[in-house]
Amino acid sequence: MADYYKAEHLAKFASVADGNAELAQKFFSYYGAVFADGALSAREKALIALAVAHAVQCPYCIDAYSQESLKNGADLEQMTEALHVAVAIRGGASLVHGMQMLEHVKKSSM
Amino acid sequence: MSDRSTRDTTPAGRPHPQADLGDAAGRVSLHARRSPLAAPAVQVAAVGSVDLTGAAHAGDFGAALAASGWTRLGPTPLEFFQINLGKLCNMTCRHCHVDAGPDRTDAVMDRGTAEACLRALDRTQAHTVDLTGGAPELNPSFRFLVDGAVARGKHVIDRCNLTVLLTPSLTDLPEFFASRGVEVVCSLPHVRSRSTDAQRGNGTFEKSIRALRALNERGYGQGDPRRRLTLVTNPVGAFLPGDQSAMEREWKDALAREHGVRFDRLIALTNMPIARFLEWLEGSGNLQEYMELLVNSFNPAAVAGLMCRNSISVSWDGRLFDCDFNQMLELAAEGDHGGPLHIRDFDLEQWQNRRIVTGRHCFGCTAGAGSSCGGATVESP
Repeated sequence: MADYYKAEHLAKFASVADGNAELAQKFFSYYGAVFADGALSAREKALIALAVAHAVQCPYCIDAYSQESLKNGADLEQMTEALHVAVAIRGGASLVHGMQMLEHVKKSSM
Repeated sequence: MSDRSTRDTTPAGRPHPQADLGDAAGRVSLHARRSPLAAPAVQVAAVGSVDLTGAAHAGDFGAALAASGWTRLGPTPLEFFQINLGKLCNMTCRHCHVDAGPDRTDAVMDRGTAEACLRALDRTQAHTVDLTGGAPELNPSFRFLVDGAVARGKHVIDRCNLTVLLTPSLTDLPEFFASRGVEVVCSLPHVRSRSTDAQRGNGTFEKSIRALRALNERGYGQGDPRRRLTLVTNPVGAFLPGDQSAMEREWKDALAREHGVRFDRLIALTNMPIARFLEWLEGSGNLQEYMELLVNSFNPAAVAGLMCRNSISVSWDGRLFDCDFNQMLELAAEGDHGGPLHIRDFDLEQWQNRRIVTGRHCFGCTAGAGSSCGGATVESP
């Protein structure tokens, strides 16, 4: 492979069905149902997806859900707050492991 | 922009967060800047020259219509009589397809043309008179047209930018509207200040909220059909509007909670690649992608409800067009004998027999859930 992460992959996502149409169909149908307006609005779901996209560091998802967030009425301030939720949980997840370090240090040290 | 540091401050005195995104209030029209894009033919050519060979129907609107079974796009009975009173406006929004602004004193409808509009209106069964601009309220014949239309039993729509209602000489307009049952259709691109100000100029959101409160105080936005307050949102950038009804629910909650403002309905319009929005698309490097988005989002179900079919669009100088967008591109309506049409010679039969003039910009009205002066034209997919 010459390079990774090509922007045109996003538009061609549906061709992932080439290897297994049935599983792709099941996934995309589930995917569509997840993002439909429900107890959460389409805007709220797009913001959650945007935060998760940053947590899993998926450039395709970041592009797609930046656009979806704008389209569904979110603005830069709301999107940035969503981003910081992802950042806080990622950072907090590391930090809370410090409790294990702390216990280890307390047990092992005089 | 040497005065930016003083202008871009919030009432609290801290720098406005929008300062880096440009200030629409400091801009002037393409016309005043003598930009080549001020010429409609240059706009048509710019959109026409975008390479869309890889997009649906190769970006040919006629081909998209034909593929959907429309061999001829013809009119339906005339319902909406839209009069554009001119390009004069108190604002200079970055996305304006009219290229309106305070400097556009060159394009203002005169009384003779306004009278001709009412005479033509009498020859139709149109149920709604839709007054637009620019800021139609700034035209000296505005109230004459409202009263003329109300006297004829028509439903009247004022397409209002909200901030014009704060003009000292026009503060009686909410009362004027309320006493005549005029529907006020107001531009508010976003429910939050940042995006609204980015498109319409710093301070616009706060002024808009004040104007909405003035309308609420006259009974607008409380569910009374004689005091209908409609908000219009259009995307603040190169993307399609979201689901109109879902956004309406969120906006009603947000405006009531944060500003104590009520409204009756929200309609969502797609931005057209015309005039200053086209300029922004070109300058920001978004034109190609945006045209692909419009073309690839072609929804055959949106064709039947296109506003060009049940509307007439009269320009400030009395010429007739299929819609306000064709008007701005100077794509004149064609009667059955060809040639441009004028309001003083209005002939309903000829109007109903015309062929609607289309072009690549028409993909803007057929994308996704469709777009018209009344918002989406199909249920959201």
